[in-house]
Amino acid sequence: MLEIRDLHATVDGNEILRGIGLKVRAGEVHAIMGPNGSGKSTLSKVVAGHPAYEVTGGEVLFEGKDLLELDPDERARAGIFLAFQYPVEVPGVSNAQFLRLAYNEKMKHTGDEELDPLEFKDLLAERAKIVEMDPGLMSRSVNEGFSGGEKKRNEILQMAVLQPKLAMLDETDSGLDIDALRIVAEGVNKLKSPDKAIVLVTHYQRILNYIVPDFVHVLYKGRIVRSGGKELALELEEKGYDWVKELDREAATVGAQ
Amino acid sequence: MSMQVTELKNTFSAAFESLQSGVSNRLPLWVEDLRLRALEHFEAVGFPTTDDEDYKYTNVAPIARGNFQPAAASDASGIIDPAHLEQFIYEEADGRRLVFINGFYDAELSSLDALPAGVIAGNLADALNGDAGTMLKNFLARGAETSGDDAFTALNTAFLASGAFVYVPRNVRVEAPIHLLFVTESAGEAIATFPRVLVIAEPHSEATIIEDHTALVEQASYFSSPVIEIYVDDEARVAHYKVQRESIDALHVARTRVEVGRAGIYDSTTINLGSALARHNINLQLRGEGSETWIDGLFFGEGTQHMDTHSLINHLEPHCTSHQAYKGILNDRARSVFNGRIFVHPGAQKTDAYQSNKNLLLSNEARVDTKPQLEIFADDVKCSHGATVGQLNEEELFYLISRGIHPELARNLLTYGFAEAIVEKIKVASIKRQLDEAILNRLHASLEA
Ligand SMILES: Nc1ncnc2c1ncn2[C@@H]1O[C@H](COP(=O)(O)OP(=O)(O)OP(=O)(O)O)[C@@H](O)[C@H]1O
Ligand SMILES: [Mg+2]
Repeated sequence: MLEIRDLHATVDGNEILRGIGLKVRAGEVHAIMGPNGSGKSTLSKVVAGHPAYEVTGGEVLFEGKDLLELDPDERARAGIFLAFQYPVEVPGVSNAQFLRLAYNEKMKHTGDEELDPLEFKDLLAERAKIVEMDPGLMSRSVNEGFSGGEKKRNEILQMAVLQPKLAMLDETDSGLDIDALRIVAEGVNKLKSPDKAIVLVTHYQRILNYIVPDFVHVLYKGRIVRSGGKELALELEEKGYDWVKELDREAATVGAQ
Repeated sequence: MSMQVTELKNTFSAAFESLQSGVSNRLPLWVEDLRLRALEHFEAVGFPTTDDEDYKYTNVAPIARGNFQPAAASDASGIIDPAHLEQFIYEEADGRRLVFINGFYDAELSSLDALPAGVIAGNLADALNGDAGTMLKNFLARGAETSGDDAFTALNTAFLASGAFVYVPRNVRVEAPIHLLFVTESAGEAIATFPRVLVIAEPHSEATIIEDHTALVEQASYFSSPVIEIYVDDEARVAHYKVQRESIDALHVARTRVEVGRAGIYDSTTINLGSALARHNINLQLRGEGSETWIDGLFFGEGTQHMDTHSLINHLEPHCTSHQAYKGILNDRARSVFNGRIFVHPGAQKTDAYQSNKNLLLSNEARVDTKPQLEIFADDVKCSHGATVGQLNEEELFYLISRGIHPELARNLLTYGFAEAIVEKIKVASIKRQLDEAILNRLHASLEA
């Protein structure tokens, strides 16, 4: 479904991604871990098409087609979704209105039926149940004044409304209390299906107990330095990142020779 | 003084004389006297130029150049088909609608069958000529004596011949809005109109006034210079909407003067959409302890529109509150000026004054000059002010776009969101709907995906 090959990307002239390779097939769950500042959010934003990042090398294929050719809104309509690490507040735009517009844009794209506000209200109420979202948050401005946890829940609600093929969840677990984490994780599991894939960026093993990954990757200084199965996450939890950094140093030395 | 200004003064003086000689619209002697003094004042001060600090960014020379002739009552009567007014109607004000053509009250077009007992709404000239006319001496053009009028206000007073009078007696509440619809029908002539409004809300009374300026023809070029005076007595409550939807080629220079008494509440919302040049002078006097006021506005300029708001809020007594929030959206080469002065007089302790002017530029060629000003002469006050000028936020934009919303629609959504706080405040549903439409129209957009 998603294939990233030797991806390099810069922001303000600084190279943040330095040759990433990643292959995600339909039905799979991939976890990406790695120390702060290693480039995890950068990777997901590059895939989503954030204009601040410049791709300087490599390629990204989505369902066999060149993703980098598409504008960010086209990528979204094609089925790519990013749950932001820091969801943005949009004053003056109501959550329900925003969600309906996004939903209808997608429906228009796929040639499905668009919904008027009343019809959409029903759909939204249905989807809100998946993440047990407080209905009061629908009429408020998008994320404005939402608590950290409410913002994260709202991201997954958007995912539930848009039903993307590929969802990248950037630290959706941070900021959620223990119960909320379970609810949101179970919500994500309900949205999982054999024709959809999930890329999960996280620092903690806990969420992976709910959303069990098929693969775990460690990103460090803009490269994937190690990949493995779900046990890798446990190993990281136990040992921290020092040994991974060591791996990178070795790789660098090897590269230099 | 320049030639043009002299000629202009001659134009108005000649027109004034012909108005004076007309028998039909005689007003009581004290009003005639007031008008004469106003004309003299206008002749003495003359139109401001960009050398005047208050008009530094707003050049009113086009008014001088336009050679606008004051409209006469006889030009307007019976020329309007009521069907043409339907587009301007706010249904909430049915039975409480006063219609003015070129500033002159038109009884035929007005409908006043839904006013509570004791409430007077009608032609200002009739009120002045009526039994209680002399009682209005205290109110009409009070600002001329206390603070000295500017040229435009004086000119309006000089041409006072008709207008709106709204009187809400003690303890009476007018629940639904009263619509003062000022329509210009210039018939292709370069006319000047001087809409005039006097509102008196007695103690404990309540009313909502919609002051509405519009034109039958969208491209008509004329000069409109309205003056509204509002007296909010002790514990009275007045909501005031000003809708400036003049023709896109109009020149509009307006004065709003408000006095608020003890524990009075004045809540105003100004919507500026029309005119090539729109200047709004606001003068708010908080004269009674514990009064509470809101002075909010939204302007949306496009093309080469120029929109200027100058407000002076005078805190004269303790424990008064003034909240001012003005938001501007500017597209193309439009330009706005905001100058807000809050003056806290000695003794006005516990003043709570807040002022903000936020501007959204949709184009690189749009321009904003904003200057909030606080002058505080009391020591125990809570005052704050601020101004911002910015473009659409890139992160917000990306957030919307990343959900599959087209960039154009995302921009419109954010622009709409910027105005939302003011739109949301409007309690008259038809005004809100109209503003919604106007904003979307200007964005050439619909928010339907
Ligand atoms: N505009 C910028 N200019 C320079 N460096 C930047 C810019 N934006 C991001 N970076 C840097 O890019 C690096 C990667 O950031 P990114 O947000 O992708 O890290 P992350 O792996 O998601 O970290 P975290 O776990 O803390 O969320 C960081 O060192 C960050 O400081
Ligand atoms: Mg991150």
